[in-house]
Amino acid sequence: MDIDLPIALILGQDGIINGAIYALLALAILLVFTVTRVLMIPQGEFVAFGALTMAALQAGQPARLVWLLAALAVAEAIADLIVLRTRRQGAQVTFSALLVKLAYPFVLAALLYNLPTATLPMPVQAMFTLAIIVPMGPQIYRLFFQPIASAPSLILLIAAIAVDVSLVGVSLFVFGPESASTAPFSEASFEFGSVNVSSQALWVVGSALALIVALWLFFSHTLHGKALRAAAVNRTGATLMGISPVFAGKASFLLATLLGALSGILIAPITPISFDSGFVISLKGFVGAIIGGLISYPLAAAGALAVGLIEAFAAFWASSYKEVIVFTLIIPFLLWRSLTRHTLEEEE
Amino acid sequence: MFPKYLATFAATLTFTIGAANAQVRIGVIASSTGPVASIGIPQKNSAALLPIRVGDLTVEYVVLDDGSDPTAAVTAAKKLINEHHVDAIIGPSGSPQAMGLVQFVAEAGTPMIAPVGSAGVVLPMNAQKKWVFKTTQNDSASVEVLLAHMAKTGIRKIGVMISNDAFGENRYKEIVAQAKGFGLSIVANEKYQRGDTSVMGQVMKLIAAKPEAIFIACPGSPAILPQATLRDKGYKGRIYQSDGAALEAFLKQGGKKVEGTILQGSMMLVLSEIPASNPSRKVMSDYVAAYEKRFGKAETFGSQLYDAGLLVANAIPVAVRKAKPGTAEFRAALRDALEATKDFVATQGRYSMTPENHSGMDKKGANELITVQEGKWRLVR
Repeated sequence: MDIDLPIALILGQDGIINGAIYALLALAILLVFTVTRVLMIPQGEFVAFGALTMAALQAGQPARLVWLLAALAVAEAIADLIVLRTRRQGAQVTFSALLVKLAYPFVLAALLYNLPTATLPMPVQAMFTLAIIVPMGPQIYRLFFQPIASAPSLILLIAAIAVDVSLVGVSLFVFGPESASTAPFSEASFEFGSVNVSSQALWVVGSALALIVALWLFFSHTLHGKALRAAAVNRTGATLMGISPVFAGKASFLLATLLGALSGILIAPITPISFDSGFVISLKGFVGAIIGGLISYPLAAAGALAVGLIEAFAAFWASSYKEVIVFTLIIPFLLWRSLTRHTLEEEE
Repeated sequence: MFPKYLATFAATLTFTIGAANAQVRIGVIASSTGPVASIGIPQKNSAALLPIRVGDLTVEYVVLDDGSDPTAAVTAAKKLINEHHVDAIIGPSGSPQAMGLVQFVAEAGTPMIAPVGSAGVVLPMNAQKKWVFKTTQNDSASVEVLLAHMAKTGIRKIGVMISNDAFGENRYKEIVAQAKGFGLSIVANEKYQRGDTSVMGQVMKLIAAKPEAIFIACPGSPAILPQATLRDKGYKGRIYQSDGAALEAFLKQGGKKVEGTILQGSMMLVLSEIPASNPSRKVMSDYVAAYEKRFGKAETFGSQLYDAGLLVANAIPVAVRKAKPGTAEFRAALRDALEATKDFVATQGRYSMTPENHSGMDKKGANELITVQEGKWRLVR
């Protein structure tokens, strides 16, 4: 079938929207991998969490996901207490910080169960969604990855798979099997020549760009950002310079969950998300990250954008083979990488 | 790859309904996790509503989850047969899982009643498939009714959009096989994945082919996305959906975009419009009432499994006259009794089995031609 300009523009627009989401996820996966060597397989679950929590809040249901946060907080507190008891200099943990962390999910739950969430303005709903999901990142790092931080990459990968499988199960239990979508941020749409662009599309692309710029500023202009970058470039060296690997791990997981949940909030008005949608979405971000060689941020973002565009056009030309085409992309890049590889990854 | 771990884990979570030392033991396999959980959960719930006393006998139901995975379904079936020594198996939720089980239930000589659509489970009849029965109307019948409606309303060119899975493939095969007979030509056929976040490419291609109507076949709520995208892009033709879309979520999430859709679905959706002379109406309303008391809004998929349970319960008193439950002779007698089912009224309609026909429902089936009007299911008149 021939493709004409209006169709190409519509597909291009569609590809860029999805590509922008994949780019955010690719950046998150890359960040976590370079800092902690963990392949962030659960990244997609935070997308589903973000979308479904937002939908639950808009439907006026209490966000039951807050109880996962509470469970993780309790587990974390117990783990921290054990550390406090057994180690003489438990410099990382103080008792008051522990109490604050423990109290946080319950205060949040009290708020969520008593506020009329359906009628709150959308930015507030989004803030609540992030307030529930984002702290899970550092919690998950603390509980499942910090104790095995120096284990071989393969063990970290297996732990990541285990976390992902558990989160999918929790997601089904909390949100049920049906997909949900949310109200658009605004109903407006704009005409650019022959193309009609919905404001939600602009929101997605604009937010993705803003986040990428914010990340760039964070990494190049703040002390914490530079510390994270240092940890990514050379973990041992960074530790010797006084950068805590625990801080670096938690911070990278925090950013990853933030990016995941935001992606979910952004994409939920465009497409229905169900408890098991996250994995495939993040897998496409992962393809982008692979194209970036799991090293370079701009390459990963560009790769993810390319995945989005290729997906959109492949759906038009050969819809039966769309996934095959998208995931086969990885092979030439892996080949090329392995042939021209200069080892940057230190294996300990 | 990942759902498999999940499934193996989930398959170890067993729960039973009814007395633990019951005389008759029935295994239930439902996909209550994984991609088709929206079908499996109402089915798992419905198992809890099945009769736990049949005549003087107590009946126990052992419910296992297969995580929507055919391999895990086989594991679950073997577990039911070898460890729980069940007299019959009800389930599994999907055609791919059911196809995978045919060989195993036949080897074990355990009758299986599957709430699935694919006629391939019971046809062509052979030595293995004689152990298998099904309660959901055939794919061919559900497609036929919709194609007939298209032909009757003057449609000649159709587009087809299916999910890239066994459900979609089966429907597509039927559409291709039957379209000619109704004078319909397929001008575009596209596929998508249930998890897709966008189907813009497929939709643009469908619209470019200018079909007068579009047939969408996908199980569960992902059936909405192509329809919503079609309407967003200004497609004005009529949209047909398969029975896979006959879900409450379809109305709730589809909103205005699914208005006027024509699909084929269980009478459960339009129960108040069904004449009281239809004997199934009472069975169905009792089922819906019992379900909603315990689990909230009933879904049609649940009633398909419930019917399978009723058929077994109906056959048990006949079989028990020949042999003692728990023996191979009882299972064979149960199979014979199921095959002799005649004019048995359950939620979906009237079942009659013969040695050649294990699908039980006649061509008309129990499904009704349904449309969406003002956000509600309505009978097409």
